[in-house]
Amino acid sequence: MLWEIDIHPGEGEPDRAAERLAHTAHDLGLADSLQAATARGYLVQGATLDRATIEKLASELLADSVVERAIIGRVGEPQLNDCGLRIADRGLGSVNPQSAIRNPQSHLVTVLLKPGVMDPVSQSALTAAADLGVHPEAFATIRKYWFSGVSDAQAKTLGERLLANDAIEQVYFGPLALDRLELGHPYKFELRTTAVRDLDDVALMRLSREGQLYLQLAEMQTVRQYYRDLGREPTDIELETIAQTWSEHCSHKTLAGRIAYRDENGERQFGNMLKETIFAATQKIRADLGPNDWCVSVFEDNAGVVRFTDEFNIAFKVETHNHPSALEPYGGANTGIGGVIRDIMGTGLGAKPICSTDVFCFAPPELQTRRQGDTETRSDLASAPLPVSLSPCLPVSSLPPGVLHPRRVMRGVVEGVRDYGNRMGIPTVNGAVYFDERYLGNPLVYCGSVGLIPCDKSHKCAQPGDLIVAVGGRTGRDGIHGATFSSAELTSQSEHISGGAVQIGNAIEEKKVLDVLLTARDRGLFNAVTDCGAGGFSSAVGEMGEKIGAEVHLDRAPLKYEGLSYTEIWISEAQERMVLAVSENHWPELESLCRSENVEATVIGQFVPSGRLQLYYHEHRVADLDMHFLHKGRPPVVRNAVFEKRPLEQLRIAECGLRTGRNVQQSAIRNPQSEIRNFTRDLLRILGSPNVASKEWIIHQYDHEVQGGSVVKPLVGIANDGPSDAAVLRPVLHSRRGIVISCGMNPRYGDFDPYHMAASAIDEAVRNCVAVGADPARIAILDNFCWGDCERPETLGSLVRAALACYDVSIALGTPFISGKDSLNNEFSYHDAAGQRQTIAIPPSLLISAMGQIDDVSKCVTMDFKRSGNSIYLIGETRDELGGSHYALVNDLVGGQVPTVNPQLARNTFAAMHGAIQAGLVRACHDLSEGGLAVAAAEMAFAGGLGARLDIGTIRTPAGSIGDIPRLFSESNTRFLCEVEAGSAESFEKHFEGIPIAYIGRVSDEPRLKIMSGGIGLIDANIFDLKEAWQATLRW
Amino acid sequence: MTQPRVLILRAPGTNCDVETAHAFELAGGAAERWHINRVLEEPRLLGDFQILCIAGGFSYGDDIAAGRILGNQIQHHLAETLATFREAGKLIIGICNGFQVLLKTNLLAAADAHGPTATLTLNDSGHFEARWVRLAVEPGKCIFLQGIQEMELPVAHGEGKFVTRDETTFHRLANNGQFVIRYSPIADCGLRIADSNQHSPLPTPHSPFAAISPTVPYPANPNGAQSDLAGICDESGRVLGLMPHPERFVDWTQHPRWTREPARPACDGLRVFQNAVQYFA
Repeated sequence: MLWEIDIHPGEGEPDRAAERLAHTAHDLGLADSLQAATARGYLVQGATLDRATIEKLASELLADSVVERAIIGRVGEPQLNDCGLRIADRGLGSVNPQSAIRNPQSHLVTVLLKPGVMDPVSQSALTAAADLGVHPEAFATIRKYWFSGVSDAQAKTLGERLLANDAIEQVYFGPLALDRLELGHPYKFELRTTAVRDLDDVALMRLSREGQLYLQLAEMQTVRQYYRDLGREPTDIELETIAQTWSEHCSHKTLAGRIAYRDENGERQFGNMLKETIFAATQKIRADLGPNDWCVSVFEDNAGVVRFTDEFNIAFKVETHNHPSALEPYGGANTGIGGVIRDIMGTGLGAKPICSTDVFCFAPPELQTRRQGDTETRSDLASAPLPVSLSPCLPVSSLPPGVLHPRRVMRGVVEGVRDYGNRMGIPTVNGAVYFDERYLGNPLVYCGSVGLIPCDKSHKCAQPGDLIVAVGGRTGRDGIHGATFSSAELTSQSEHISGGAVQIGNAIEEKKVLDVLLTARDRGLFNAVTDCGAGGFSSAVGEMGEKIGAEVHLDRAPLKYEGLSYTEIWISEAQERMVLAVSENHWPELESLCRSENVEATVIGQFVPSGRLQLYYHEHRVADLDMHFLHKGRPPVVRNAVFEKRPLEQLRIAECGLRTGRNVQQSAIRNPQSEIRNFTRDLLRILGSPNVASKEWIIHQYDHEVQGGSVVKPLVGIANDGPSDAAVLRPVLHSRRGIVISCGMNPRYGDFDPYHMAASAIDEAVRNCVAVGADPARIAILDNFCWGDCERPETLGSLVRAALACYDVSIALGTPFISGKDSLNNEFSYHDAAGQRQTIAIPPSLLISAMGQIDDVSKCVTMDFKRSGNSIYLIGETRDELGGSHYALVNDLVGGQVPTVNPQLARNTFAAMHGAIQAGLVRACHDLSEGGLAVAAAEMAFAGGLGARLDIGTIRTPAGSIGDIPRLFSESNTRFLCEVEAGSAESFEKHFEGIPIAYIGRVSDEPRLKIMSGGIGLIDANIFDLKEAWQATLRW
Repeated sequence: MTQPRVLILRAPGTNCDVETAHAFELAGGAAERWHINRVLEEPRLLGDFQILCIAGGFSYGDDIAAGRILGNQIQHHLAETLATFREAGKLIIGICNGFQVLLKTNLLAAADAHGPTATLTLNDSGHFEARWVRLAVEPGKCIFLQGIQEMELPVAHGEGKFVTRDETTFHRLANNGQFVIRYSPIADCGLRIADSNQHSPLPTPHSPFAAISPTVPYPANPNGAQSDLAGICDESGRVLGLMPHPERFVDWTQHPRWTREPARPACDGLRVFQNAVQYFA
């Protein structure tokens, strides 16, 4: 018997979901005058359930009678379908019961999860129902929508494109007609083998593609040879295991492969590119530090680990989850943050996650795509920087097929990260959002996690004979082929091919696992731990048992539902699972600990010293692979890489006017002394450009203070709304020592030269850290490369170029890389209206994340101006570097010199700044980045609720004179604005011997930012107008 | 008795238990974190404690509704134990999710023949809100709030809008002196901040009883709670539930403007825990 309980807003209560639906439909141009009503509900299945029992469930468990009302019935009964009577007769989604009408024309849409998709609420409901003495067979959650004011066709579009995601949900139009819930079917064992020994190369590649193995020809040939030598064919699970272990995602074979690189300096051969650039820099820094080396574990474990105190080390890892987020933004981002948190939990013998970071790259939410017939080819898109346009909102119908609207992607991603992080109780303290049209089909979602781990628990080693124990969530069909899928380019078909690649998270399950994991760690109950990430058990067991051997009984893994094949169990990427190596004598204690906190733990096998990976399903052996072949047998990838340096071009107006309706002040550039120039307008535009604009809407949805260690928050200043350079937290509540988290990224510079982009990103991440007080001698950094298809030599060349900068700058600053990750193939292909295949490649996107340390958090500095009369200094060298700047962006300019880094000067500047902050001489400090000095000064002023009078005529450069435009807006690296009390000026200046420093003015009571040059006014604006420009853009 | 024992109750999804224990320790208490399963196994052990704190987080994922499942567990298995605990003159505090849980038991605002009398529901903004708020305190009998007139604390919740069932219930609770903490307007820093027109794109919900509508605009009242209520106590004054997090302001560097304002002698949140501990001194 299938019952339904619908829960509607109570009388007089707003219908928030309906309001939001109407607004979104309007925003996306799906429906202008949608009138809607919504309900959430439950389907309850059970042979013995009667109406009275269902009523009891509704009133005592499921509905909140103060603000909600429940309607119950058997599925299909009319009272469940006629609730469109709440639809208002006017207004956008406003619901007013007084004027309610029954509208026979209303459409009913019901959304429910596809069978097999994780539904945590229904699991909780089952448990809670038992407390009431009710025992249904199954629950399912549903969402219902009634709307009117739209045509049938519009209703269908709404249902399919806005209300549900096809990857995980199914949509029913009209009254629901179901008589039972689909819960999966029993699985009948059948051993499958795939013939490879006699395949030719063409057939091998077809198998690679159609079997979603995504291996390359040389790899497929190696596999063929291995089985020819064995004299048998591979089983399906063996092929899957090899494909996953050799996937780009798990082995990073491109960047760790052989690369022949050529640029203007000649040719260079890499045997292992990553090892010879990024790792090598860290090794050199560690060697130079000698006994003072503070790195603990780098590039070997799930995360990089460095020393923090005598008692604790700290670990940091940043991951990307781009492809899943493109298909299902909420689920993709949700499991992205969940996955990186598990990386931290699986570092050493388990670290405690203490904060998260998130950096997103989206297409502009107001994006207008190119008009039809205006299509551009791959090479155009790859080479020409396409500035963010600010045109009216893009209608859904004009998106390439398979692409979700950027607004929907952004909302979904923000909510996905929010719900996981907040629920885990891990503060999200730092992040950034970058917008560029080229992220349209392939948004980027970087999620980071920092962990605290006792020094003596920082290393792990599984022992022969240890039991293989699966802990946490059950295994389901979710996330099949995620690891190999991320090796593939996204296409408009991806959603259909890879629906299974989308995982659904359950943060509370992970929190429960975390609670028992840390207790078990402290009691010494296991020898090794790792998370089940991409590749599931296959990856986790394969890694842990690489040097021993492992035997796994797949039938013993607890399943969410029946019907999984042995291969699905092995490669499922179901979330919230960890694998532990447990010695037999500790198993009973671990099992009882897990039981006491409602966590499932199951022995699924043993690390047997065989050197082989042997998998069983009941009595059948389904795989028998040599561990050495699996981990060392992959043939090296050999690639060519080339970088062609573009000649320096003058800064000039973009020629063909990609965008219209902008009143470009051409003369401002051609004649810098022209009187038409309007720098106040430029400043307002930069402040309002989406990359710079306040991200308050996102930040206030993230709990950034849970765990109680917050010191410098993401928003600071007199009204708690100025943009902090970095976050500071105190992870050990009885200590004053702090961790500083920041990031640096600028995809726009990569269009000029990825070397300078990478150098600038490192400089930015480090200077953000230093600006709040971090010790520059103790900053560790992470690299995350997101690039396009690296089989193209130019694309790979731009990546190698960036890696070379990483090597140079890391060593020069003494700032080691401790962990990193790459995500290649970030391209999106589709067929346009004319049937032409189009590809959009993302711009080279290197994120640098920094983790600094500070002895005593009470020395920290924030960026808001503190007191009228204090002096303002510019530290660092200003050069004419407007290429890729936000000044160029808002004025439609191309060309110019991209910002560069002078690493030796940078190192000295950071050290001097730290000295001045430690001496207590700095009242406010802010780094100069997008928008340069003018933006930094504006932000400091409105954050502090104070004005400033500045004269930038005193700024000198070694090159001699420099114009007012670069003085105001150049994005030269390694620069800070500092506020210093009048009495401290002399001591402050003493710290900066040999470093460019200019006194430029004072903080003022009058709430205006006035910037002059040699007495001539350049900018004069009320700080409230500046703040409004900065806040309005993303005030969603 | 000099050092009261504090039981910090946690359930799957509780995530503020560590810092809440730290706050009680700073205030002089002896805090222990207990899983609900352990309490359910041996409820009588609660008798060894003087203070019970239900910490913040997302107990059981807030599945179905915030605090619902843990609230039901307490209601079905621990109702008598907790009633006895309170009658013995001991203290109970529920913070954020703990407040949501307490409202689903009969310890704060008891249900009557018509069902539950009050609830905490979805914020008017429709989403989670993490921000600092100013609070006006009318302690009345409430032990935790004695001597406190105002506080600044952070909130971090998605379902914090306090709503009573009807006007009669509202006035009954008000007349009992149970409405002890309210959101108050953001201080005038000479800035054009807290301009509600700029911040509130959503239409004002229809309210059948305007008399108890919120008067403090968003975001100073972060959720649209009736009468700007942020916390209520029971009739005895020994049980308190509040949405803001006092455990997140027990050290001066936790204040959002600590780099620009003179330090306070006692942090606002710590005073709440000190009141509780000193009650047993």
